[in-house]
Amino acid sequence: MNRNKIIIKDLNFYYDDKQAIRDLRLNIPANEVFSVIGPANSGITTLLRTLNRLCDLTPGTRIEGEILLDNKNIYSEEISITELRRRVGFVFDVPTPLPMSIFDNVAYGLRLVRRKNKKTPLESVETALRQAALWDEVKERLKSPAMSLSGGQQQRLCLARVLALEPEVVLLDRPCSGLDPISTAKIEESLTELKKQVTIIISPHNTQQAARISDRVAFMLDGRLIEEGANIEVFSSPKDKRTSDYITGRFG
Amino acid sequence: MIKLNPHTAEKLAKGVIWTVALMVIAVLIFIIVFILYRGLSVINWEFLTRIPRRSGREGGILTPIIGTLSVTLLAILIAMPFGIGTAFYLAEYTKDGILTRIIRFCTESLAGIPSIIYGLFGFIFFVQILDLKWSILSGGLTLAIMVLPTLIRTSEEAIRAVPKTYREVSFSLGGTKWQTIRKAVVPSAIRGIVNGLILSVGRCVAETAAVILTAGVSLSMPKSVLDSSRTMAVHFYQLVIEGISMTNAYGTAAVLIILVFFINVVANMLINRFVAKGR
Repeated sequence: MNRNKIIIKDLNFYYDDKQAIRDLRLNIPANEVFSVIGPANSGITTLLRTLNRLCDLTPGTRIEGEILLDNKNIYSEEISITELRRRVGFVFDVPTPLPMSIFDNVAYGLRLVRRKNKKTPLESVETALRQAALWDEVKERLKSPAMSLSGGQQQRLCLARVLALEPEVVLLDRPCSGLDPISTAKIEESLTELKKQVTIIISPHNTQQAARISDRVAFMLDGRLIEEGANIEVFSSPKDKRTSDYITGRFG
Repeated sequence: MIKLNPHTAEKLAKGVIWTVALMVIAVLIFIIVFILYRGLSVINWEFLTRIPRRSGREGGILTPIIGTLSVTLLAILIAMPFGIGTAFYLAEYTKDGILTRIIRFCTESLAGIPSIIYGLFGFIFFVQILDLKWSILSGGLTLAIMVLPTLIRTSEEAIRAVPKTYREVSFSLGGTKWQTIRKAVVPSAIRGIVNGLILSVGRCVAETAAVILTAGVSLSMPKSVLDSSRTMAVHFYQLVIEGISMTNAYGTAAVLIILVFFINVVANMLINRFVAKGR
């Protein structure tokens, strides 16, 4: 097992009075695909959003505990939130292209930092699009609006947009819900290739996908971590009855 | 209550909606055509480039045109930073609280006040207390205050209409608040903001009561913003009310309509040219 990229210590998270995450402790190893599975409303999206502090954007939330990225608490004062978010990218559950061209979408994050040298980061854009398995489909029309792409292409564009920043961790929140099988397969393929360079934390849209792509799997229910382990262990011999109920489809 | 079958109700609804819409359009077109019909014959190069003589009985309407443009431009230039700034503050930089409620309450109250009250305020405050006299500046300041509520409300609505996901995406890619506003929010909101500006321009151009009390009715060529100048709306009001010249009143009205139309078209062209790319 690789060294731990992210260590979560006694995490509690609240939306006003409602607690979404309860006493969560979790180690996420570097350069692996880590899946967090569980029924809706288990706190999985919240967990992902705490990892790059997107949760800060929601008013009325409160967080307790620590999240260490390379052994530094991302909620400490010294951390720059904008830098953190570049190191830890986020792909949303629905494709969210910005209303601009394909190229500008991928270059968006790059341009936020490289203001002074005005050179268009063509190479970075191409690399990112290749990594997201989209380059061949869009290389002829980088200037067309991103909204003109199909849903699956849009989602790969969103992945490329994150990858263009060369992040260390990529968070994917049910990235394949509502996508066609081909796009889903392409995203899964990209992720498997990508984990050589980045740590991937994904909330898969079903247990089959989790089984296909994960190195490790965590099962969450009602904001609690029920079970966590290597892919094969969790799926072939779950220790907790609730886990086996969930993966065999008996609830959720 | 008579129960209609869905098919008849559908037809009836369609018929009523179409009739109402057509009637409204017909009235609007009638007004425009009527004024242009009565006014266009007066408009020629001299009408547009000569200073009015004998109170507007003769000569052109050059000074009212200049008066309208300068008062309006000044009002918009003054109102724009405050109006749009307030809108961004309300929509992006603050949560709903006492302060925002006060601002909203004030803007809504201001929006409901008749323009003559603004004129009276402008007359007492700008013309007399600040001693700016009847001038383009007094008129511009008064109109700026008058259009602020419109500008704030339309801009705020435009900003709020930008999908939340754009902001989240921008933040998630390491954008700061300002970068997010500038690069993800403004491009999508600009159309609505410009529409608010056009609406405000329209109100300034058309305003009579507030400017007559603040910018005055002078027909001579203004040399600076501290000089009095009448606007086109004031000019044709005077022409009609004092029975000076109906023909020239229609001519002025026609020029006004064409001007507003022109501003609309140009603004839309600019938006399409510079903003609507990539969507």
